[in-house]
Amino acid sequence: MYEFVNFYLIPGLVLGSIYALGAIGVSMLFSILRFAHFAHGDMMTLAAYLALPVVVGLGLHPLAGAAAAALMTSVVALGIDKVGYQPVRARPTIVSAMVSLGIALMIRSAIQVGYGVKTQSYTTGQITPPLRFDWLIVQERHIWIIASSMVLMLAVHLLLSRTRAGKAMRAMSDSAELAQLTGIPTERVVRLTWVVGASLAAVAGVFAAWDTFLQTMLGWFLLLPIFAATILGGIGRPYGAMIGGLVIGLAEELSTYPWLGTEPLISPGYKTGVAFAIMVAILIFRPHGLFKGRVF
Amino acid sequence: MSAPVLELADVSGGYGEADILHGVSLTVSAGEIVVVIGPNGAGKSSAIKAVFGLLRISSGEIRLAGENITGLSTEKLIGRGISYVPQTGNVFPNLSVEENLELGAYTSDEDWRPRAGEIYDMFPPLAERRRQAAGTLSGGERQMVAIGRALMVKPKVLLLDEPTAGLSPAFQDDILSIASDINASGVPILMVEQNAKQALEIADRGYILVDGRNRLEDAASVLLSRADVAEMFLGG
Repeated sequence: MYEFVNFYLIPGLVLGSIYALGAIGVSMLFSILRFAHFAHGDMMTLAAYLALPVVVGLGLHPLAGAAAAALMTSVVALGIDKVGYQPVRARPTIVSAMVSLGIALMIRSAIQVGYGVKTQSYTTGQITPPLRFDWLIVQERHIWIIASSMVLMLAVHLLLSRTRAGKAMRAMSDSAELAQLTGIPTERVVRLTWVVGASLAAVAGVFAAWDTFLQTMLGWFLLLPIFAATILGGIGRPYGAMIGGLVIGLAEELSTYPWLGTEPLISPGYKTGVAFAIMVAILIFRPHGLFKGRVF
Repeated sequence: MSAPVLELADVSGGYGEADILHGVSLTVSAGEIVVVIGPNGAGKSSAIKAVFGLLRISSGEIRLAGENITGLSTEKLIGRGISYVPQTGNVFPNLSVEENLELGAYTSDEDWRPRAGEIYDMFPPLAERRRQAAGTLSGGERQMVAIGRALMVKPKVLLLDEPTAGLSPAFQDDILSIASDINASGVPILMVEQNAKQALEIADRGYILVDGRNRLEDAASVLLSRADVAEMFLGG
């Protein structure tokens, strides 16, 4: 029991939280800009590196690094939107998707040039002992990651359901045309969407780096499970993306639990394959995602 | 004589290269319901879209209370007091009735709640369904949401594009009597209608457009009584 919770369930929730934060952004961007944002993973990598001087240089807590990275990544995302996506906004959305693929490669290359390709870490050398509550053993950072992800998801919920700006986002996701006829400033809604999506991606990127280490392919490897989570929750549904992220994260970790006998059910090397398999299954059997009805 | 509330003066324009309207003129005066009728493709909806800045205007002028408003942005037009209810896709289906109304007042800084209360008084069925997603309502109720949304900004003139299209006959009568009530509360209405006869019955004046040109204009009662109009445009 304690093995299951400590080594499978908690890491699954941590991974799931990271996926969920990424998937919310992908889902929102899709519902408002109508394209698959392939640069989301590399935006996460960028954020992780942007937090490096804050965490290692200034010696601040990684959460402070995440906040700083969210701010900086939002600015970068707005800049990219201005030069990359706005000029092709009126074109078919596949053009924007292709632009995002190019931007993904550019971000990654820029990081490789700027920071080098060696792996780095927020925690240099010292190993923090885990917290123990009787049989429950948990890393302090895991508590922070899960708790702050929950807070951020609640914040997204409040934004979408309680604020005029959030309702304008949902309106635009319903019908951009009617939103415009209603006098909603659609470009401003687009910018807000970038800020929200980039901030969540930034936090997820810093968390992923905090839990493992920094390397330039960090976000790219997260992109597939994040897309799986987005599709699982129903593309364009932020609430679905939250659930989808947690489900994919848990599925990846729990699939390596020795459910039958003493060997892992699936070798940990194939974890990513689990996300991929779920994505394929969903696309075949429930292409609109798990949930019916309301979009968000 | 004071300037009409809304005036199209010799307006030509279209969507791509070709013009759909060829010098259309019409006016809406204070307190009036004006109906634009005509065969399919006559440019009726285009005339309304021209007012709301959704048509490329190649010549002519659109005036609101005498002021030229040709080419203004949607936001500015709403700010000046024009509200438009498109024929289709006129509600946010996944948003609740109340949220639809709230967003109708997006351009206004005033508190939207008192106005929403007035809208609920006007459309009692909506009050019961304020938390329900607009997409789950019946066609007639959805049309009420659409009109209610447009009324949130207390418009000086309301543009309705075929408000009864796709509704059952009972709902058609409901929506037209709602239009009549809104008008009685002091809002002039410019309306395009396929159900020409019913629409003229609540209207003050009517315009008949053919091929993007004015064909005929007169008091609604006169148009209704003319045998030739009935035969050609009112379905006998």
